Amino acid sequence: MTVHTPIYLDYSATTPVDPRVAEKMIPYITEHFGNPASRSHPFGWTAEQAVEEARDEVAKLVNADPREIVWTSGATESNNLAIKGAANFYSGTKGKHIITVQTEHKAVIDAVRELERQGFTATYLAPEPNGLIDLEKFKAAIRPDTVLASVMLVNNEIGVIQDITAIGNICRENNVIFHVDAAQATGKVEIDLENLPVDLMSFSAHKTYGPKGIGALYVRRKPRIRIEAQMHGGGHERGMRSGTLATHQIVGMGEAFRIARLEMKAENLQIRRLRDRLLSGLEEIDEVYVNGDMHQRVPHNLNISFNFVEGESLIMAVKNIAVSSGSACTSASLEPSYVLRALGRSDELAHSSIRFSIGRFTTEEDVDYTIALMKSKIGKLRELSPLWEMHLDGIDLSKVEWAAH
Amino acid sequence: MAYSDKVLDHYENPRNVGTLDKNDPHVGTGMVGAPACGDVMKLQIKVNDSGIIEDAKFKTYGCGSAIASSSLVTEWLKGKTLDQAAEIKNSAIAEELALPPVKIHCSVLAEDAIKAAVADLKSKQPA
Repeated sequence: MTVHTPIYLDYSATTPVDPRVAEKMIPYITEHFGNPASRSHPFGWTAEQAVEEARDEVAKLVNADPREIVWTSGATESNNLAIKGAANFYSGTKGKHIITVQTEHKAVIDAVRELERQGFTATYLAPEPNGLIDLEKFKAAIRPDTVLASVMLVNNEIGVIQDITAIGNICRENNVIFHVDAAQATGKVEIDLENLPVDLMSFSAHKTYGPKGIGALYVRRKPRIRIEAQMHGGGHERGMRSGTLATHQIVGMGEAFRIARLEMKAENLQIRRLRDRLLSGLEEIDEVYVNGDMHQRVPHNLNISFNFVEGESLIMAVKNIAVSSGSACTSASLEPSYVLRALGRSDELAHSSIRFSIGRFTTEEDVDYTIALMKSKIGKLRELSPLWEMHLDGIDLSKVEWAAH
Repeated sequence: MAYSDKVLDHYENPRNVGTLDKNDPHVGTGMVGAPACGDVMKLQIKVNDSGIIEDAKFKTYGCGSAIASSSLVTEWLKGKTLDQAAEIKNSAIAEELALPPVKIHCSVLAEDAIKAAVADLKSKQPA
């Protein structure tokens, strides 16, 4: 079997739409184009039925009631709606303090920052060096006026899985609304919202082989969680999110989540096997460090620092594989990953990281090609690296006085 | 980010990679930058008895533009006097490599490396 380059190993940035999903979507662009809110004719009824079937599928994957699912444009909107919507609704009765984590996605961190500008205060918890949060530190951060906590289920850069059950229980005991960003989790970890102590959860279609531009927010009914709408208009989605529903996108998300529910068990075994093969190949290179806990982690993600090699030049060297040095959202900037910095990684290691993310269409040949390519390019770049030379000479780089610029 | 053909050429085929004996009185070494900033350049020059740079070597930890900037200056340095070397400006490096604005600092770093190597060499020579 031949390898087709560039090899896509950036499934955490986005996934291809599964062909089965695309096929299901197409009739809803051309034939069944009705507005699902049109109640007076069959065009609307057909669209509405498709939307409700998709809502059932999204709910089923996460064991929720379909009435708890609100369509949005994606996880960024879901995070904004959940955080701003709940914080504003409950701030009058509960208070104006929010807890989140330094390694959250920017859509959470910047939504909280916006609330700070509006008079809220916030605690950004530092994770432990393995990327997980210390439950005692979380507990200690709760104040009488804490209204909301937001902690992601699976980290987008390092793939670690937070203990949402334990964190949610602490929130329950302290009457704090709990939001979870699960954009990177669907189809990767089991989610059972009937039993999880979670009030609000964000989902995205395009991380789970669905189309871009569609997502959902879970809003618990028992006990009922209220949020203030952020988008005003025709009162769609029970007033929580106005705007004509994108039927074809919704159908795509439903089908993608249906496939995930049926296939995730087998798929995750296959992906874990490939990830372990990739890891053992890369570990033959000197001075490589895995970022984030290896056990409490999704099998899809491998985030590795190649010491003494700068990340951007490395990505340039491995242009036959599509990977990223951090999240796609920050790859335009020259700053090292804020997630790795929050883990306490040194600047060199934070600058030297690559995120490999494996998915449904990755093959063993892809993995073997990647290992061989990385070995050769790391060798070449280290030949060029004065830091590698100093390391071989036994110089401790942390003791060198650098002329920072 | 799209790199110019010249940056890609220097990156794919870097010129004069290597290390000279830093204790040699005819060798000047300049090491600039910091790992925290994502670039470290080591530039070395060797002068002959007439004060002409006869060899130049570099090693760089950094992005493609940083590697290309240092590779380019090793080519430019050979055959120059120390005074001529010190006149190489970052703007000339940036222009030659068509560096985008966010990468101008790479050319500044290369100019600093030349200055540091020249200063090191001068400090070794009898006044």
